[in-house]
Amino acid sequence: MEMTKTLVSIFLTMILTQNFVLAKFLGICPFLGVSKKVNTAVGMSLAVIFVMALSTAVTYPINKYLLVANNLEYLQTIVFILVIAALVQMVEIVLKKYIPSLYNSLGIYLPLITTNCAVLGVVTLNIDNGYNFAESLICAIGGGVGFLVAMVMFAGVRSRLESCDIPKFLKGLPITLIAASLVSLSFLGFAGVVENIFA
Amino acid sequence: MAEKKSLGKELTKGIIIENPVLRLVLGTCPTLATSTSVTGAIGMGLSASIVLICSNIVISALRKVIPAKVRIPAYIVVIASFVTIVQMLVKAFVPVLDEQLGVYLPLIVVNCIILGRAEAFAGKNGVLASAVDGLGMGIGFTVALFVMATIREILGAGTFLAGISGLIGGSFDGFSIPFLNENPMLIFILAPGGFFTYGLVMALANKLAESKGKPKAELKGCENCPMAKSCAIRATDESCEKKEVEA
Repeated sequence: MEMTKTLVSIFLTMILTQNFVLAKFLGICPFLGVSKKVNTAVGMSLAVIFVMALSTAVTYPINKYLLVANNLEYLQTIVFILVIAALVQMVEIVLKKYIPSLYNSLGIYLPLITTNCAVLGVVTLNIDNGYNFAESLICAIGGGVGFLVAMVMFAGVRSRLESCDIPKFLKGLPITLIAASLVSLSFLGFAGVVENIFA
Repeated sequence: MAEKKSLGKELTKGIIIENPVLRLVLGTCPTLATSTSVTGAIGMGLSASIVLICSNIVISALRKVIPAKVRIPAYIVVIASFVTIVQMLVKAFVPVLDEQLGVYLPLIVVNCIILGRAEAFAGKNGVLASAVDGLGMGIGFTVALFVMATIREILGAGTFLAGISGLIGGSFDGFSIPFLNENPMLIFILAPGGFFTYGLVMALANKLAESKGKPKAELKGCENCPMAKSCAIRATDESCEKKEVEA
């Protein structure tokens, strides 16, 4: 019961209060670059959820049984980025060969994700927070879902912005960032919610 | 003489015309995340610049040895090695900075400025030019971070350069801004303030660039990204394709 409580609270925290994009500024590039259309935003986010969960599942044992056990923690950054890069490549190859339909809808986003800081970010954060395997996995999935929520919401906001009369000097990227600021402001309203759900 | 002139150009283009943060829209994540205090911003800017210069030098020295097909993973290994070195140095000598930057220090690996410069410049140019390019881009990154952090720290915390003694030693520990330090606009050091300040500073940079006859920064979600060449989204997203044709 205690365990479930912790997991649910990690999951909700990652979506609402510690949202990767809106509170931690991880994965801003795809957030600004790919959020023009809702379906691209959803495809990208699903691929991110998948890769984040998978890389957490793979790096956790590597870190615990290989790096920490041999006092090699200082190699974490190099090992993790290589594992993630190799993993993404392998997933891409496997999907292309065996599940082409899934590859066509999600696979095209995969190469982009290697250098998405949210993936390396979640792996590093899990270690910094000292999460166990289940907690790490839930944190990764929650982070991915939070990314999805932010992307889809923002794609909606941006389609509204297109038809607005914006002052000339703010046109383009500046107004997009200010809109992101407002979306992020609305998420500040969730502060304290998760902590109090179980109280 | 011509050589000297072009090197000077490589150096200054990164600071203003091709400022990585404000004009090329690269490295947005660390910019937003570490610009809450000027001290953190300077630390982040310097760490990233060191990694950028070193990796640019090594990558351009190895550019004829690395096969084109595996260049991205090779670049990533070089960059990750330098990030690890910087990480260890920071942990050993400036532990305050390590605490402040936290997860964003190892995340320099995926800072798109570094991979972007490796792909766009160091992989094609000589060692000296690449080093200068890295220096210019690093200064540009640090300047942009400094400007944003100055606005955010003064308005959001009512201080300037707070905690600088942890970075450079000595007893000077920043200024306190009267009135604002008692009633800081906290929102500026929270996440929304980051996006807001970035938007305004970028609008300002656009205005300056425009007055010099340069085009304004556009949201080039695709071709600025270091992965653009291997990216397949452009096959489905016509907005990317259009830009490519234009370019």
